Amino acid sequence: MLAASTVMAQGVHVEGLNFYTGFCVEGHTHAVRSKNRDRPKRNNALWVAEHLAIKLHMIDVVEEYKDVVINPRHGYGQHLNPCLDCKGFMVAKAREWMEANAFDFIITGEVIGQRLKSQLKRTMPVIAAESGAHDRLLRPLCAKLLQPTLPEREGWVDREQLYDWSGRSRKPQIQLAKDLGLEDYAQPAGGCCFLTDPSYSRKLQDLWSFRGERRYELDDIMLLKLGRHLRPRPHFKLIIARDDGENRFMRGFRRKFTHLTPTSHGGPLALLDGEAEDDDLELAARLVARFSQGRDAARVRVAITRTGGSPQELEVIPMPAAEVPKEWYLG
Amino acid sequence: LDEMVIVDARGLLCPMPVIRVQEAIACLPAGSRLQLVATDPGVHADVPAWCRVHGHAIIAVANNDDVADTIRMWIRVGGPCDDAPK
Repeated sequence: MLAASTVMAQGVHVEGLNFYTGFCVEGHTHAVRSKNRDRPKRNNALWVAEHLAIKLHMIDVVEEYKDVVINPRHGYGQHLNPCLDCKGFMVAKAREWMEANAFDFIITGEVIGQRLKSQLKRTMPVIAAESGAHDRLLRPLCAKLLQPTLPEREGWVDREQLYDWSGRSRKPQIQLAKDLGLEDYAQPAGGCCFLTDPSYSRKLQDLWSFRGERRYELDDIMLLKLGRHLRPRPHFKLIIARDDGENRFMRGFRRKFTHLTPTSHGGPLALLDGEAEDDDLELAARLVARFSQGRDAARVRVAITRTGGSPQELEVIPMPAAEVPKEWYLG
Repeated sequence: LDEMVIVDARGLLCPMPVIRVQEAIACLPAGSRLQLVATDPGVHADVPAWCRVHGHAIIAVANNDDVADTIRMWIRVGGPCDDAPK
């Protein structure tokens, strides 16, 4: 937002690009949960575009992004976050868009030293080179600390009106936002990608281990954001909704999974990912009963529907909390 | 309301419904009508916001709570066809 504002202040026409990877954290993702229904349901990129009165193009990169997550050339950060590869990928996509739509250069809001891996002075040329953007990539917030880019050399933007920010402090950004009259702005600290989340990363790693290969589909990574994930046996796991909002959303996945729902008591929908024999189904039903309103009842009836099959009911003893090993919980 | 194109984004979380609308509108001339069918309540905020920045108009919204929380939005395309990314 600040980088765009800085360049727009020089009379440059700017349009926004927002890449959807499937791992993006947005208000809506959380709003699936009933307890978060009161949170503002805004998309930050759209909100910024409206504030700046610029067009925003939202681009689905889910398929192409898989290679970034699965085979990062520069490796992962603290979790499964391939930040440097991600940045290079997105700038490359921006370059493609720039060329296809007759724009002249790309701006990004990086500040040298702000992030430990992807925003270092030595990694900035890597991103410029690997993306193919080269000197058409302008970072207005730290441009004065870098070599002049094409837009600066050509006089499309005045380098003197750009910034020389570095370091982890966000005070200059906050001050500039204040100067620009921006009282509200997108949350600056790292939580925009689920891959930086340790719990999410563990669940993704478990998914890959279970499959024996590092691959995923969009539905997989969406479901990793929802519910309690328990793997009681190596060959299956349960995704158990935590509230009505998740129940509602997960209903859309029922036809793809064996699923379980308590019928004698209120309780969650659970999806079973993997292969389950009859004794596995009983174990799964006992776990689902444990998270139902019948958790303290002597017995709970649970409807089980195998993929493409008809529901059958099992009556089970809810599993006591103390009997659910911590290791079963993923994330 | 008559519409030329229906975008079915049921089961998709935002911003995918917005992206599907954007892709559909890229091929439509100004004045066309499009109907979005979605289930994510996030469309109530995101689709109008996206339409505002691109000059399209929401002409009607209907919530069908009895049909799996389905939301329908009718959009009138306001900008030139080359407005969206190629």
